[in-house]
Formats: sequence, structure tokens, C-alpha cells
Amino acid sequence: MSAGLARRAAFSRLPLRYAGTALLLGAALLAAPRAAAAETVAILGGTVYPVSGPKIAGGTVVIRAGRIAAVGANVAIPPGARRIDARGKIVTPGLIDAYTQLGLVEVDAERSTRNDRANDLIAADFRAWEGVFSRSAYIASTREDGITSVGVMPSGPFVAGQAAVLDLSDGTAAEMLRRGPVAMVASVTGGNLFGSDAEENAGRAGETAGPGSVTTAPRSRAEAFALLRQVLEDARWYGAHRARYDAGANRVLAASRAALEALQPVVAGREPLLLQADRVDDIEAALRLAREARVRLAIVGGAEAWEIAPRLAAARVPVLAGAMNNIPASFDTLGARQDNLSLLRRAGVEIAIVGNGGGDEAAFNARNVKYEAGNAVAYGLSHDDALRALTLGPATILGVADRIGSLAPGKDANVVVWSGDPFEFASAPEHVFVRGREYRDHSRQDQLIERYRHLPRSTRG
Amino acid sequence: MNRLPRAPVVLWMAALLALPLPGAAQSAPAPAPAASAAPSPQATAAPGPGALSAPLADPYPSAYVRVPSRPVLIRDATLLTAAGPAVRGGSILLRDGTIAALGTNLAAPPDAVVIDGRGKYVTPGIVDVHSHLGVYAAPEVQAHLDGNELTNPNTANVWAEHSVWPQDPQFPRALAGGVTTVQILPGSGNLIGGRTVVLKIVPARTVQEMKFPGARYGLKMACGENPKRVYAQRGPSTRMGNMAGYRAAWIAAEGYRRRWDAWNATRKGDPPGRDLGLETMAEALRGNIDVHMHCYRADEMAQVIDMAHEFGYKVRVFHHAVEAYKIADLLAKEGIAATMWADWGGFKMEALDGVRANIGLVDAAGARAMIHSDDASGMQRLNQEVAKAMYAARRAGLSVDEDTALKWMTINPAAALGLDDEIGSLAVGKHADVVLWDGDPFSVYTHAEKVFVDGAQLYDRDDPAQNWKTDFELGYARAAVRK
Repeated sequence: MSAGLARRAAFSRLPLRYAGTALLLGAALLAAPRAAAAETVAILGGTVYPVSGPKIAGGTVVIRAGRIAAVGANVAIPPGARRIDARGKIVTPGLIDAYTQLGLVEVDAERSTRNDRANDLIAADFRAWEGVFSRSAYIASTREDGITSVGVMPSGPFVAGQAAVLDLSDGTAAEMLRRGPVAMVASVTGGNLFGSDAEENAGRAGETAGPGSVTTAPRSRAEAFALLRQVLEDARWYGAHRARYDAGANRVLAASRAALEALQPVVAGREPLLLQADRVDDIEAALRLAREARVRLAIVGGAEAWEIAPRLAAARVPVLAGAMNNIPASFDTLGARQDNLSLLRRAGVEIAIVGNGGGDEAAFNARNVKYEAGNAVAYGLSHDDALRALTLGPATILGVADRIGSLAPGKDANVVVWSGDPFEFASAPEHVFVRGREYRDHSRQDQLIERYRHLPRSTRG
Repeated sequence: MNRLPRAPVVLWMAALLALPLPGAAQSAPAPAPAASAAPSPQATAAPGPGALSAPLADPYPSAYVRVPSRPVLIRDATLLTAAGPAVRGGSILLRDGTIAALGTNLAAPPDAVVIDGRGKYVTPGIVDVHSHLGVYAAPEVQAHLDGNELTNPNTANVWAEHSVWPQDPQFPRALAGGVTTVQILPGSGNLIGGRTVVLKIVPARTVQEMKFPGARYGLKMACGENPKRVYAQRGPSTRMGNMAGYRAAWIAAEGYRRRWDAWNATRKGDPPGRDLGLETMAEALRGNIDVHMHCYRADEMAQVIDMAHEFGYKVRVFHHAVEAYKIADLLAKEGIAATMWADWGGFKMEALDGVRANIGLVDAAGARAMIHSDDASGMQRLNQEVAKAMYAARRAGLSVDEDTALKWMTINPAAALGLDDEIGSLAVGKHADVVLWDGDPFSVYTHAEKVFVDGAQLYDRDDPAQNWKTDFELGYARAAVRK
């Protein structure tokens, strides 16, 4: 059986505004992507999909100082620009896989290479980006397949922690970081919260949680919702009564101080709560909870989300989902169907396409998210909407649409030139730019193929 | 579009209910030599059939009966045959369960259903040699974990078919992806996992009604990390422990084979004791059961090849074979097939070196290469997996045409199961296991539109209400979007 990484989480779609105010512990880390390359490049003659506007036949994209300088049918080519002939090619924003463990998990079965989860049941203070392994072999193999940014998500069983957006650039984890936190990841049913691993989860929480913290894993979904509601209420109380907390005059709170601090942007509505839920009733309960607790919600997984698509649209709650999910793998996904994304989009829901097929789509095969998009199109989503769901959609949901996800002047130059339709197996990226630098990757997998492309004659008798 | 005037659900359900239950109206399934043996001199002391270990015994025989159907003519389609170049504007006639004719200008028999194939493609039904459908059934609840008998590192005594649940809702989904024949294996937690079973994917009440008539059994074995992780406390806990475990088992099986071959030659005196595990392994030593070995790393495959020489058996197929490309020459020389994913890797150390060109490189070296799923989701899109592998091979500089790539999911896996005379290509006389695709099967946008098993249309994308739903799914469906 494959790596069981398929844990999905969620969020919302108004651009996040962190306003640069460094809150105590919950400060948003706004990496200022350095313009690694000052090269000026003009990509000429391709069919350009800005995503933020209609496609441009025979368009030009100019990259300068790490940013997109111009996009259009008739733009001046700066003198000295390196020219790339893109006639017959497709030019898109770099793709964003919004829900991965890329850099957090190198070898799923080797615990020493896993940095995707905390001990605590309520691990809101867990910052996924602090565990990122910048030498991961999958960064190059993902980037050469046209994915230039990823959402990096913790995978604990309940309140898992804070997510980040990374650019797949060369460098250290801190240099790759585009923004963190971008969302608080949680689940009320995932990670076997009260499935076969329930005892293990409870034990793990009990080992390390501090005094006053909840240490027992919920035993059923209503208890999980109750605990989540309490955590959010406690975070709100804590935010309004820090002095009383410091004086020890607080009531019993469900989580540690660090966790309550980390939840402040969530209860302030600045950071979405990305909630994994598949069963339609759970999604509906999450909508109710978000309304009551006044938090911005996004749903991850969402196998049965299609059934209440109009309600999700009305509540402006986005959904991150895959397109290959049609197996009643649990009693929570009996309604899973492959046109889920299409039905959601038709109702007006903001969507992001994420991996949920087999074969470790969380890390090694995060690159396959573009084939999820192709399958979504095969099941009714328009090609334009599918491309948006891999670019501007996730950028909007994760609060980075001001910088990436579309081809528009001033945006950071994450750009891909494709040999053809990005979603087709026959196509491949021919040029990949991250923050304005072109990467000509020779991934570990490329090197292995090269090494064994011509075998020595076997010496065996 | 000229659709089958089908009431297939009604039809196949009727056919199903008319079937004799296995063991009931069947002829006696007891081992033939025992059943037909003349009374021994000491008739009263004669061993009952359950005491005897006979080669090629078939105590749980197939009760498969093809679903009756009218002849079908698919006309003006592109036929991808897995036996040569594509036939543009081709026609194919399915009659009495077999492919009755192929050509460019076939006349429809008077009672035939005629399907307009313009713009469409026809391929053989897909064959998946590595699946756990039915033994790890959906939903994945505790009660459905029937695939890994993790009580001993050697469970050669178990048979996967005794775990298969025919109501697994993953079966109709695989069929809808064009898969018509599948090998179900026990899991890979044990050194020696037990017997595999080959099924046709058809609605059935019992696994016997799905068993591919005449298909050989396989013996599932597993290398590397899985067994040593599962048995870390009691052993084996190392790769050398794994090897010692297999070798001890083969030594025991060899003694068992000798004792029983001697007894079966004379049938005199009291028979040796029967042991289900040793019986299966002895059958592998006799060449009656094929060894299917889960093995990721190149160096471990080479060790296993030497072990097979040591004990005089053949490895038929290395499964998963993530590093097969590193020893493709050795596989070719030894005549061992490799079945692989298109692009899985990284989930454990022995999978770290997975490359997308694996299948192409193994094929180019002259070994028998093929795709497999090991996954109920990927199984529904093996055409897409093959497309990934085909284009990756081309990007690695190999010339792979579409017919070669098609073989990776049809005739090559059929040959790995010893069934290439019956299925796996479009050829007159073969089983009419056929898929009609609504476009190029190597495109991400293409769907299987109709799927035929032995000439009977069991899936129709255009008629979802009529498609096969397992018992489990009844009463759980809700189709309307709520306001």
C-alpha cells in the first residue's frame, strides 16, 4: 500500500492582509523574495494565459528584475532582453499546488525525515515552515514539471498548525518562504482522529501537553466540533485578557498559551481556518461553526461538498479538492464523485485543485496536480477554471494573490512556457521561471535515468 | 449514437441468479487424482481427499459463466490492437464471447448491435497484475482489512480468494476504467504472502463466479522493508533475515515436494502429512504456480534471482520493481518480467530511486515490462499511467510508439499471467474483452465509454443508471445538489 499521506486541509478567499504588525508570537513572516536574477527576458509569440484576464494569442511576457514587467499583444521589448521564442507554446503563471507536505516529508516511512506533525493535539503554534528541508530532491523534480509554489501543510490529527507558501527556488527554507502563516490547518475527522489510531493520538497528546491543555482526543465528531469551538472561544478570550492570563486569573483554557497566541489571526478573521472535512454534514457543521465563531473558513478534501455547493458559495467558503476521488473509501465519502469540482465552480465556489490520487501526491508526486486538473476538465470543469484552480484560485485562498498566481505587471515572475496544453501527458515545461530566474533542472531522477540509460553488459553467467 | 438496447443490469442479474452456486451443481471439485483413484488394497484405511496433496488440484474451481449477449459490431473506429499498427477506420465484431472478426469493412450480422465508432478508439481490456480489490475492500473499515495475514512471516498457506469480497464497490469503478482482468494478491507484509487469484471483473455473488477459468495461481512473496518492519520484534528484522526466511521455506518445500511426488507415483501406503503452505510452495517448485515477487531494489532482485537458481524455481514477475531500470539487462537475460508504477516513489527508502522512465527503460532492454496499479484509484486510470510512462520514455530519448505503450497494460500483463493466448490483444478468437474509448486513450481527457467482458457490455458511460452497483452502494446514493 502506498504512503497514506492523503490528509487534506482547508481555507478562504479574501486576500489576507497582515498589515505588517508583528503580533507577539503570531507574526506573519513576510519573506521578501530576493530578485535572484536581474536578467531581462522577453517570452515572445506564445499563447499567454494571464489567468487574471483573457488569453492573449501571440502575446509577449517581459520579465525584469524578478518581476513581470509587461504582458500583452503589443509590448515593447526592452533592449538587451534575452528572447525566448514561444510561438506554438503556452505561457502560464507557475502552477501552485496548494496542499502538500513538500519539504516536510522526504521519505514517508522514515520518521527521522518527517516534520509534518506535532505531538500536541492542539498544535496551533506549530509552524510548518520551520521544518522545511530545503535540499529535498523533490523540489527540482516538482519545479521541472511546472509547479513553482506550494502550500506546505502540517498534518496533525486535530488542530495541526500553521501553513506556509513556499516558492520552489534554490536556497534555504527561509529563502524559499513566501509567506507564513497563511492558514491554520485543522480537522475534525481526519488523521484517524477517532478511527483506528485514536488511542495512539490520545496517548501522544497526553504525553506532552501542558497543564490545562486538552489531552484526550475526541471520540466522535460532535466532541471534535465542541472542542474546536472551545479552542476558538478560548483564543478569543485569551486575546482580550492577556493581562489576566499573565496574572494567573484565567479560566481553564483548552490549549497552551503559544497555541492560543497563534490562533489570534484566525479569530481576528485575518487568517483562514483550513478545515479538513468530507462528509456533507461535517461541512455544514463547519459552516455553522465558522459563522458562530466569526472565523474565515475553507474546506479541504470536501468529497461531498458538491451537495451543498450553493451554500458554500453564499458563505464565500472555498474548497480545496482533487479530481480523482470517486471511491467510498469511508462512510464519510459515500458521495464522492469526480465532477465535484465542476459542480462547486458552477455554483460560484472558489476552488483549488490539490492532489488526492494515489502515489504520494503530497510530496514526491506533488507534480501530478496538473493531471488532477486534466481529470477535473474531463469531468466538466472548464479549462480556464481548472487553470485558475492551480494558479489564482489557490493564491487567493492562501492570501498571496497580490504577488503570484497571475501574469500581470508587478507580480513576481513565476512563469512557465509549456510545449502544449499544461494538463496533457504529452506536454512538458520548456522554460520555468521562479522569481524571475530560469531553472534548467537536472533533478535527482534525471540524473538516475542518465546514469542507467546505457547499462553495462551484465557480467553474470 | 447507436446504443446497446440493453437492459444489462436486468440481463446480468438474471444471468447471475441463474448461475449454479459454486460447489452446488458443480462437478465434484475434489483433487482429480484422488477422486478417480481406484480403491486401494486397504480400502477402509484409504486417506480421504482432504489428506492428499496433489499437483494442480483445483478445490475451489471457477464458476464463471459469461453474461449472454447479442453480437456487437463497432464500426469506423481506430483499433489499437496490441498486436501491430493501429487500424484506422476499423471494425470489430464481438460474438459468442469472442472476437469474431476484425477489419475495415465488416458486415453486421442481422441480430447485431451496431455502434458507430467514428472519432473513437478500441483497445483490448486492460489487465492489472497487481491489485488488492476485494481483499482491501472499500470502505476501509477494520472489518475489511483482509489482505495481509500478519501472524507469521510465512503464510504460504493462505489464498487471496478466500478474502475477496465480490461486493467491493471498487470493482465496478475499475471496470469503468477499462480493466477487465485482474490478479488479486495478498499484501506484502510477509516474506511469503500466499496464493494470488486471477479474476474477471464482473458482477457476482461469489468469488468463484469471478475466477478466470483456467488461470494459473501465483505465489506472492515480498522483499525488503515491509516484512522486516512488520516482524522487527520477532524477526526477520533485516534483509539478511528475509533471505534466510525464504531459503528455509524453500528447503522445507523441496522436501515436501519430494515426499509427495514419491507417494503420488505409487499411491501406496499411508500418505505424508498435508501442509497447505508447503503444498503451494511445492507447486511453485514444480512450475505449476508462478512466483510473483514484490521487490523494489535492484540489488535485492539480483539476490532473489540467485536464490531462484539455488532452489530451481522461476520468478515470473518482479512487482513494483522501482529499480528495475538498473538491472533491466539482467531481467531480460533471465526472462523475468517487471511490473511497475508510472511514477511512484519516495514513500520509503527502497522507493527513493523511482523514475518515470522505468517502464520504458526496462522495455528497451528487452525485458517484459508492464504497468500495475496496487491502488484502487490508479487502477481506474491505467491508461493515464501508461501515458505518463510513454511520454517520459520519449523524453528520455527512447522511441516508444503507441502500440508498445498499449502492450504495457494489455498483452504484457496477460503474458505475465500466462493468459496471452486468451486475452490482451485484439485478435480473432480471443475473449471479447474490449474497451471503447471516447478519444485517444493516452489523453487525460479521454474516458472509457463502453466496456465489454466476453462480449457482454457491462459498463456504459452514457447510461449511468444501468451500470453495475454493488450491494454495498444500494440505498446510500443521493444525487441532487441542495439549495
